Amino acid sequence: MTMASGTPGRLAVMRSGIGRLGVRPIALIGLGILLVVLVAAIAAPLIAPYDPDTYDALIRLSPPNPAHWFGTDQFGRDTLSRVIHSARMALLVGVGVVTFALATGVPIGVFSALFPRLGRVSMRAVDVLMAFPSLLLALGLIVILGPSVANSIIAIGAGFLTTTARIVYGLTLRLKTETYVEAARSMGSRTGWLVLKHILPNLVSPLLVQASFVFAFAQLSAASLDFLGLGAPPGIPSWGNMLAESRNFITRAPWLLFFPGMMIVLTAFALNLAGDALRDRLDPRFRGLFRGEG
Amino acid sequence: MWSYALRRAGATAVTLAAASVIIFAFIHLIPGDPIYVMLGDSATPDQVETVRHTLGLDQPILVQYAAWVGAVLQGNLGHSIFYDAPILSVIADHAETSILLASLTMVWVLLIGVPIGMVTAMRHGSWLDQGLSGLAMLLASVPTFWVGLYMILIFAAWLGWLPSSGFPSLLDEGGLANLRYLILPSITLAAPNAALILRLTRASMLDVSREDYVRTARAKGIRPWRVVTRHIFRNALLAVVSAFGFTFAALISEAVVTETVFALPGIGRLVVQSILQRDYPVIQGVVLVIVVLYLLVNFLVDISYRLLDPRVELQ
Repeated sequence: MTMASGTPGRLAVMRSGIGRLGVRPIALIGLGILLVVLVAAIAAPLIAPYDPDTYDALIRLSPPNPAHWFGTDQFGRDTLSRVIHSARMALLVGVGVVTFALATGVPIGVFSALFPRLGRVSMRAVDVLMAFPSLLLALGLIVILGPSVANSIIAIGAGFLTTTARIVYGLTLRLKTETYVEAARSMGSRTGWLVLKHILPNLVSPLLVQASFVFAFAQLSAASLDFLGLGAPPGIPSWGNMLAESRNFITRAPWLLFFPGMMIVLTAFALNLAGDALRDRLDPRFRGLFRGEG
Repeated sequence: MWSYALRRAGATAVTLAAASVIIFAFIHLIPGDPIYVMLGDSATPDQVETVRHTLGLDQPILVQYAAWVGAVLQGNLGHSIFYDAPILSVIADHAETSILLASLTMVWVLLIGVPIGMVTAMRHGSWLDQGLSGLAMLLASVPTFWVGLYMILIFAAWLGWLPSSGFPSLLDEGGLANLRYLILPSITLAAPNAALILRLTRASMLDVSREDYVRTARAKGIRPWRVVTRHIFRNALLAVVSAFGFTFAALISEAVVTETVFALPGIGRLVVQSILQRDYPVIQGVVLVIVVLYLLVNFLVDISYRLLDPRVELQ
């Protein structure tokens, strides 16, 4: 009885606290998953129970057991250790693609909006790149650049460069007509100052939302490239590579398929949740919608 | 309307012309001599020169581009090194699978995405809405090939209900029954796209439901169901129509992986095989066809959007 009356009270306090922060409880689940992936990536050598590359032919394709919680693969390598080490690749690809997309898309979008002549050419070029479906663009770039982790980042990032530039272009066009921007301009502010002081700070929130979605889709695209044998070299532990290697053993060792796949799903899901929560928080049109006020 | 269509067609043609330059440049951007890359180190100088001449790579670059565009306009996309056949016929041989797969996928996407999107919008804020919206987001976060591998494991390997790979043409023995080969791949491909359409339908219906004309319709005492079907849903469908271009691009990207998982003789798998076999002229030809189709779909989407909503103007 005490428990029953105590629990809702505590929940109510939690909810009101979360509500004040503007975070939906489900978004907290997303943040929790991301934290786990982050810790796994940073502390992989400390957390992983075995060396991810140690072969042991005697225990190959062992199902999950107390010694190997996630079982072992066709070479007898510990799946849990490889899953944990693969988080590093996920983080590297995610951060790399987001950095590439923002570092290229933001300047293109901002300067295209501020300088209409430049914009007419550059945004047309962006439109042309957008005519290529993202995975095809990535595959074409991989053929030109060669398969490697760095080239995967560039190839996947190129697809998000276009969407980022488009979003930033639209937002900057709107921002430059704002009274405070026009006032700064009429007071003789230089373009560089205008961008740093008035444009970029206003782009931070929407770019955070974009970054979380880019991070999520980068995971799926990287896994696809790895699966096709055109991403990270086969020896490097990555969730996509693990799935590609396990496809020949799906009936004999289905657990090899489950754990790395689940990690991709959970990471992408968590990032999508975070992105949605951020958008709901930052876009006034969505406020209250999910509490039934909309 | 006609002037809108003409202007839109002009913009599409300009984009296509620019895209053709990129597609043409593809072979020239491959590091090293692309002929050696394609034929391998064991190729004799005579063979290399023959292929170079056949592909026209011994001509000045502008002459090569003009010749390529001229040939493409006459329906000649070049010659496949691996298949030793005209690229257009290689693509045609792989088209049946991809067209049927895409059609079947779109049926699933519309049958699942639109009705469930409607229900979640009508019950927004409820547990049903939160649950189904959460499920949609989960589906959008699942790698297509992972779903595909599980489909093979469960429905082909364990239950034995459906075939796991390949697709014999409908013209072959078996006829329409051969469509069963596409059931698992099409469901795999539909999962993330149905999730996208569901979310879009939901968001669009919520947007429309705040419009003044909906409030007016409600104030006039029109029955709630009629308001939903006639005033909200029909206008919300506009956003779904506009997403067709995006869905088409997503389908192509995911079909590359799905066709590989299910070993389907489609265009997506042709791209991957051509990359692994270094049959670059085929990649060039397939990418050109896909870009043309993509731009055409976007053009038709824009025109139909304009027909459905006359307020839309060309930006």
